Amino acid sequence: MRTVLSIGTIGIAFVAVWYVGAVFLNAKWERDQAARAGVEIGWAEIVPATMSQERPVLPAPHQVAIEIWKTTAEKRITSKRSLVYHGWITLSATLLGFAMGVGLGILLAVGIVHNRAMDLSAMPWVISSQTIPILAIAPMIIVVLYNIGISGLIAKASISAYLSFFPVAVGMVKGLRAPDDMQLDLMRTYNASVWQVFWKLRWPSSLPYLFASLKVAIAIALVGAIIGELPTGSQGGFGARMLNGSYYGQVLIIWSALFGAAICAALMVGAIGLAQRAVLGRTGQMR
Amino acid sequence: MSWVAVAIAAWLGGWAVNVWLVRRPVRLTRALVPAIFGAALLAMWEGLVRGFDVPAVILPAPSTISVAFSAGLPVLWADFVQTVIRSVLPGYAMGCGASFLTAVAIDRSPFLQRGLLPLGNLAAALPIVGIAPIMVMWFGFDWQSKAAVVVVMCFFPMLVNTIEGLRMAEPMQRDLMRTYAAGYWQTLWKLRLPAAGPFIFNGLKICTTLALIGAIVAEFFGTPTVGMGFRISTEIGRMALDMVWAEIAVAAFAGSAFYGCVTLVERTVTHWHPSIRG
Repeated sequence: MRTVLSIGTIGIAFVAVWYVGAVFLNAKWERDQAARAGVEIGWAEIVPATMSQERPVLPAPHQVAIEIWKTTAEKRITSKRSLVYHGWITLSATLLGFAMGVGLGILLAVGIVHNRAMDLSAMPWVISSQTIPILAIAPMIIVVLYNIGISGLIAKASISAYLSFFPVAVGMVKGLRAPDDMQLDLMRTYNASVWQVFWKLRWPSSLPYLFASLKVAIAIALVGAIIGELPTGSQGGFGARMLNGSYYGQVLIIWSALFGAAICAALMVGAIGLAQRAVLGRTGQMR
Repeated sequence: MSWVAVAIAAWLGGWAVNVWLVRRPVRLTRALVPAIFGAALLAMWEGLVRGFDVPAVILPAPSTISVAFSAGLPVLWADFVQTVIRSVLPGYAMGCGASFLTAVAIDRSPFLQRGLLPLGNLAAALPIVGIAPIMVMWFGFDWQSKAAVVVVMCFFPMLVNTIEGLRMAEPMQRDLMRTYAAGYWQTLWKLRLPAAGPFIFNGLKICTTLALIGAIVAEFFGTPTVGMGFRISTEIGRMALDMVWAEIAVAAFAGSAFYGCVTLVERTVTHWHPSIRG
């Protein structure tokens, strides 16, 4: 209860700061307009005017909320102006890439844990693969994949996969090694095979690590899909929407796409949190 | 086809040497095995590109890339200065510094902590690169807008890690500081900040990659005619992929060097932590 209260307070404070910021940042334009028209205006006229500019420097929160409402609830979801339509394009790439990345990450972790040569040779490269700013070259990868006939969904999903395999691989290596010597020795006294040790000891004890990694992975997969949509010519999605907004100076479109993406990220992380509760609750690993 | 055979041979040979090396208790193994793995990977890339005659507009061979790299050295250096020295480093310092100070300030109020930690975790998961077009609109085309994106991207991961780290000092240790009659600042400086070290450095390390990505992506939305992001997008337009890959190599070197520097500082500062002593 106290947590909810403090989150609520900070949320309200954030919106308040946002309103004040909107007034101050947008006031200059209003003053310029007034000076050009040769009228004197005071704060009483400026404040309401800054709340409803068509191309504000910083749109007021309710403007963004109205824009989101207009483009989700009031448009048919098949329409190209609907945020739901664009959201689904991004989400489908995100989820496909997430599934590919998680699969790859788990396989890699299993290999690394069971094979010492792979551990020593692949692990440093897995880590350094992430110091390459892959997001920055994502548009190029999209263009190249397009040239060899792979386009759209798969290309964007492969960016997401590249990004999301890393947290899963690192987390799972840690998780699969979490059982201590005592437990491994016990399995040995049972004469358990490698396979049995994996399914009955290593896999269950890696689950808390898996879920923590999945939360990071899904968030980063969404970012990957959005960046993958930045090259011009992509059909739609949050990224294409942001780029269009940026080209035509439609600030509200950028902000609504940004918040749409944020809401999607929050929902997906929340869904994984729920799955985590359900699974770890049943295996008795909930802390 | 002979090049394909060379590629496969290089791969299998590298792997075999690694498997052999791993069985041997040589001290060098730790450095040697990944190096051989990387060399085998490059050799296979080269062999496959030549063997299958992959056109240079799809995937250039490492040898072509290295030629482009040495030929374009002055250009690459100018891009490096613009993006890394002028955008990433100031943004990184400002973002991480501001975030650290905020975390220390918040730490004094449990109310703010309870509210900000979940929100910070949420914000750290958000696609913050999306603010790049907005920042370019606000701060113009030069390095200021890129640094601003970097500041915002670094802020939340750093904040969450620092707050988490400041909780690490155990009640027993805090009680000990109190029996020494240590004040808030003494406790902070001598006990809690050192205890938070591993978490703070974790945040700093995450931010190195984020900072580079933020600056390069922001350059896609408008730049003066220099910078790594600018170069990548224009060279793609000209289909000069060898230059693009040279730029990627620069980004990878810069990213790894940045990460490596932070790791070095971490090793000297938090030398007491089990993960470093072990």
